[in-house]
Amino acid sequence: MPTEPGGTGPGDASPAADLLREVLGERARAIYGSGARIEALRRLSAGASRETWSFDVICGDETRLPLILKRDPLLHRGDGSLIREEAGLGVDRETEGRLIELAATAQVPVPVVPFYLDESADTTAGFVTERLEGETLGRRILREDAYADARGGLAFECGRAAARIHGIAAADLPDLEVADARRELDNDYDAMSQADHPYPGFEYAFRWLEERLELAGEGLGLVHGDFRNGNLLVDRDGLRGVLDWELAHIGNPASDLGWICVRAWRYGHIKKPVGGFGEIDELLAGYEAGGGTRIDRERIRYWEVFGTLHWGIICITMAFKHIDGSQPSLEKAVIGRRTAETEFDLLELID
Amino acid sequence: MPIDRPTPGELIAAVREYLQQDLAADLEGQPAFLLRVATNGLAIVERTLSEGDAMDRAEAERIRALLGHDGDLVELNRRLSREIRSGGLDDRRSEVLEHLRQTAADKLRLANPRYRIPRD
Repeated sequence: MPTEPGGTGPGDASPAADLLREVLGERARAIYGSGARIEALRRLSAGASRETWSFDVICGDETRLPLILKRDPLLHRGDGSLIREEAGLGVDRETEGRLIELAATAQVPVPVVPFYLDESADTTAGFVTERLEGETLGRRILREDAYADARGGLAFECGRAAARIHGIAAADLPDLEVADARRELDNDYDAMSQADHPYPGFEYAFRWLEERLELAGEGLGLVHGDFRNGNLLVDRDGLRGVLDWELAHIGNPASDLGWICVRAWRYGHIKKPVGGFGEIDELLAGYEAGGGTRIDRERIRYWEVFGTLHWGIICITMAFKHIDGSQPSLEKAVIGRRTAETEFDLLELID
Repeated sequence: MPIDRPTPGELIAAVREYLQQDLAADLEGQPAFLLRVATNGLAIVERTLSEGDAMDRAEAERIRALLGHDGDLVELNRRLSREIRSGGLDDRRSEVLEHLRQTAADKLRLANPRYRIPRD
């Protein structure tokens, strides 16, 4: 992510990187002039669902632009052929970039999006953002002294950013999936049923949420969909960027506020309900300061339970992708047992 | 299982300790992260080998008391899930919740015993 040093070295020399360097070089020359070149290209994430790359554009006058590319996965085979892998859930990369640009106009802290990559014979679709300085790893944001000041105001800033996201006018939005609380609950139940394995603790939580569905609240709008510690870029002064918009959709705005309170994103700092760094009152004060409606704590708690269950279902889904052989992965196998954490949290939260 | 030593638990512990103490020093970045994931996985198996049977017996006993049925642990849990979903146990919620909390706490003790220790 943007925290990785860009470096000035030659960068990655794999065939995948060599081809991408050509693609990016061509785009850079079209945008920044014929003297532009690409340096320090390296792969950041080896994630199965998306690729992220760090690189610098050096303009003809030697100005250095530190950038990040996020694109759909592209597998290079030994014979030089390319395989486009299934891109997974969420919006396409162009929509993700457009949403970040929209968020910028709404005063949400986000990186600038200088250009896009169209799908072609040589690349999958992607978008490029500036590479901001700061930290995205949740544990470091919570632990390191460098972020002590930032932590103090972070819950307020998150609330304000969420309100600004939720306030973006529907007419301005690209085509997005729509899911109210009922629909999200059904989707999660279907996902659990796919595993064909009994989870009585989660059954109890589903029933608890269904019986209290009116607590979810009314009204739908743009939600980030993965608004949590781990997708926030933080520097010494506070929130610099809200990242990873691929799960954005039209949904219940309070879902974003509950999700950032889910214990998994507190990284052990469980006494601070908002991301391990702040209080719900601070989050809600920021939300109102950002133009959001007043949301009561009972609704946040409802969506925290909802989010905790949702994370549990994600763990189950990942585990069974390993178990059924469709996506063999040590990480997915072991994440499967993190269901115990969510099950424990859920049963403490509900009655 | 044969009675020979090392036992399965002792073998897994030896593998885990090799990975943690010898191999880990040579790794950084993603491979180091995945090695920690791997040793976490082995530690879950070790804890399950030493504590899992007793937990299973206690869990099955509790579900039998709730349902009045017998069966293997997966079958008992399937039946319990169906009863929770259909509302068949709605008049015994506090008993059901107590059982589920105990089971979740046991599972967590195997999966991640440090999870309940708060930082700060």
